Amino acid sequence: MRNLIRFLSKNSFIFLFVFLLFVSFVLLVQNNNYQNSKVFNSSNFLIGNLYSTINNVNDYFNLKEDNAKLAEQNAKLQATQIGTFTKIYGTTVEINDTVYAQKYVYTSAKAINNSTNRRENYITIDKGSINGIKSGMGVVSPKGIIGTVKNVSENFCSVMSVLHEKNAVSAKIKKSGYIGSLVWELGNYRIAQLRDIPNHVKLNKGDTIITSGYSLVYPEGVIIGTVKDFDLPEGNNFYNIDIEFSVDYKSLSHVFIVKSWMKEEQKKLEALNDMEE
Amino acid sequence: MVINIIKYGAIFILLVLFQGLILNNIEFGDYVVPLLYVVFILALPFETPNWLVLIIGFVLGIFIDSFTDTLGMHTSATVFMAFGRSYLLKLIEPRGGYEFNSKPNVQFMGLTWYLLYASILVFLHHIFLFYIEAFKFTQFFFTFGRAIASTFFTMILVLIVQLFNYKSTTKS
Repeated sequence: MRNLIRFLSKNSFIFLFVFLLFVSFVLLVQNNNYQNSKVFNSSNFLIGNLYSTINNVNDYFNLKEDNAKLAEQNAKLQATQIGTFTKIYGTTVEINDTVYAQKYVYTSAKAINNSTNRRENYITIDKGSINGIKSGMGVVSPKGIIGTVKNVSENFCSVMSVLHEKNAVSAKIKKSGYIGSLVWELGNYRIAQLRDIPNHVKLNKGDTIITSGYSLVYPEGVIIGTVKDFDLPEGNNFYNIDIEFSVDYKSLSHVFIVKSWMKEEQKKLEALNDMEE
Repeated sequence: MVINIIKYGAIFILLVLFQGLILNNIEFGDYVVPLLYVVFILALPFETPNWLVLIIGFVLGIFIDSFTDTLGMHTSATVFMAFGRSYLLKLIEPRGGYEFNSKPNVQFMGLTWYLLYASILVFLHHIFLFYIEAFKFTQFFFTFGRAIASTFFTMILVLIVQLFNYKSTTKS
């Protein structure tokens, strides 16, 4: 009898183990498919608030650099102010300025949590659904691209960083206009690979890589980085290109969330093509 | 008993916060992630029922995962480690069994015993975690290297914690 009880209790331990492991695997798979876990992530209320409190303290250490960055940007903006322009003619001139329709809107935000040492890195940002942020929007900083908004809660959103194995960015060589796909792999947070550039393209070290604007996430022409190194393996049609990011992802603070006004329209148009085929 | 629950509860919260807010932001190179929080599973008393260790491991993993947005990853690894703990404790039981009221730490069990106990469990946890994270065997040796290097650093932290523990108990 005692043996029987011991046998049962021993087995119940294994059953519990299998059950808990099963639960965590279910969580893991769900999480990987499409971050279904709205409750247990760093954009939830409790941990999001904790992070922002901690970040308030951390901010003081970055004040100097941030001020320099802001001043730099202020200078740029100042240059576009009305006061910096003078009228060419003394009389009134009528200008039709509707040639340019606004395509992108920027929301300023602050990164409150960030990682660079995982295979899948995420950044938490202090703007959420009450600020009109939606999943799929792009995030950039004055120096370059940051990532794509993934989960949104009321006050926070989590951003899939470019330092994420599954986040491929459509990139363009500024000089020649060739389009490739930028992917990052664990190892060095400053270096990414640019793929699908055919072997007849002329490349130089230091060439600027920008976003192509094809993905509808980032505006065209946002800086990604520069060519650090490239080689052409024997018998291969495509280059291996190493890109050095222009943004230091370890020192993120102020970022902009990009909203595209015409994304829906473009998507609808492109969906028509698929329907007709 | 109640005092123990409060004590371990406080250690639990401290460890989770320390891991989530400080250690996750520290990097010793690109391969190494120190994961001190597993010391909680190591430090549970011998008398803790096995099923409770499993559940504590599960809850601990969920908390750690909430910080890193990787729900399920640390959870499964910690549950696996908690599972391994019960068998390892039987395997390396000293002759005559564990003394009543002794705890799995350097002070009661000696350095050799503790090193064996802790490094095996930490390694089990890390190897499980890093392969779950990679979810493929194509970079077998890279992942293996990460697990080894991280085990090394976690062990250093675990031993430092033991040092603190040692001091405070001999004084009193």
